[in-house]
Amino acid sequence: MTAARIFVVGGVLSYRALFNWMRPFVYVPTMLGSPLFQILFFAYIGRASGVESDAFFVVGNAVQVSAMAGIFGVAMTVGGERWTQTLSLVLVSPANRFALFLGRALPLIVNGFILSSFGFVVGLALLDFELEPSVVPALAACVLVTTASCTAFGFIIGSVGLYAREIFVAANLAYIGLLLFCGVNVPLDELPAWMRAISEVLPLTHGIEAARLVAAGASLGSVDGLILREFLAGAGYALAAYALFRSFEAAGRRTASFDNY
Amino acid sequence: MLQALRVIRIGWLLQLKTMARSGFDILTVIVTPITYASIAFFLYRRGGGAETLLWVSLGAAFMGLWASTLWGAGNNIQRQRSQQTLEFAIAAPTPFLVSLIGTSLASSTVGLYSLVATLAWGRLLFDVPLELEHPILFALSLPAAVLSLALLGIVMAATLILYRYAWALANMLEYPVWLAAGLLAPIALLPGWVHPISYALAPTWGAKAVRESVLGGSPLIAIGVCLALAAIYLVIGFFFVQNFERLARQRATLALS
Repeated sequence: MTAARIFVVGGVLSYRALFNWMRPFVYVPTMLGSPLFQILFFAYIGRASGVESDAFFVVGNAVQVSAMAGIFGVAMTVGGERWTQTLSLVLVSPANRFALFLGRALPLIVNGFILSSFGFVVGLALLDFELEPSVVPALAACVLVTTASCTAFGFIIGSVGLYAREIFVAANLAYIGLLLFCGVNVPLDELPAWMRAISEVLPLTHGIEAARLVAAGASLGSVDGLILREFLAGAGYALAAYALFRSFEAAGRRTASFDNY
Repeated sequence: MLQALRVIRIGWLLQLKTMARSGFDILTVIVTPITYASIAFFLYRRGGGAETLLWVSLGAAFMGLWASTLWGAGNNIQRQRSQQTLEFAIAAPTPFLVSLIGTSLASSTVGLYSLVATLAWGRLLFDVPLELEHPILFALSLPAAVLSLALLGIVMAATLILYRYAWALANMLEYPVWLAAGLLAPIALLPGWVHPISYALAPTWGAKAVRESVLGGSPLIAIGVCLALAAIYLVIGFFFVQNFERLARQRATLALS
């Protein structure tokens, strides 16, 4: 029961604290502004370069913006606790670590899903992008798995933040790295072989590929291999993140680094 | 006047030192422009010639310059707020606008690295040629662009004096300005209603001045517009700082972080 309360109440409070208790008129444009302009920016580059259609950039970026919640959200959760000097209080408590960990992940997955959905709406409203209503459930499944996978990846960075101070450096690096490596804007066959090899083990790559196929009319069954690979990547990152979380927690206690900022 | 110049110089130097100690600032300046430049090179190299790639390279360089200016504008005041030094800076006899000029100039100066890094990155990895058509005008266009961007940064930073959440909105302005200023896609592709916005932005003219001095054209006009915009931003910045400072004192919000 206590673990369930930590999961729900801790998760909700942590999510709200992410945005420093902003008012909705500040919070909403802050959260939605970046995805909106990211999609428009790359779609216009696509038009100018003539490489791919608007649909390619809309789907790639709409799925990728979920990483914004997954990566920066987690970084801000841990970094914010450090900044407000509450990180040591959280970690000195006997709270169930798994509930603590998962409670902070779930709102970010929901947030990432909303961001992605908004990205598709931007494409439909402002760019040459169309979507058959029948493909929406399958597309939602692709986005959900990819968002969860990105959040798991974000938790690896968040775990490092238990030990290191400059967590936002790592988060920023990870976010723009995904933008370059995962076929978000550059077709994978345009990338050198070594970059394609890295993209295979990153979150997003397979999720975006699946989402593009589904948006073009493919069935969920025909992309299940891609979704499974995205899911497995996410599960691997989640396990690694949990192990790192516990390991860096122990290291943080040893070196008394929780209050450094 | 001499005292103001001294404050600007010291503010510029201190801000440069502060940014040099921040991993985030260093990373933003080093990695961001070359990542976006790489994306642009991969996209344009299929159909674009050498001149197109150089055009792209210069645009990507300005993306880094703007990112650095924006980051500086958004975070300098926020940092002072959280370190509880904003009230002292505003209460000091030196006009706050003067100290803002120094810090904003430093952020844009650091952004100049983007230009060097992006051009070198393009040359080394993507065989983008680099031959300056007008070397002297190129040397003139850079300080004009930095100055106009820095003063645009001040206009944005001024709003932070009153609105403590403005940093969040400021961080959101990276992509819109990259897009509206035509840094990687020509302004002509954008809807007509965006064009007036584009022409009111310093990065549009800064990039145009640098591109025309490198690729050929008449960069003097763009350099002139950069300087004119810088003067306009300074007037707007002065007005904003005066009023936002007064309102922040009245509402006693300076210490809130």
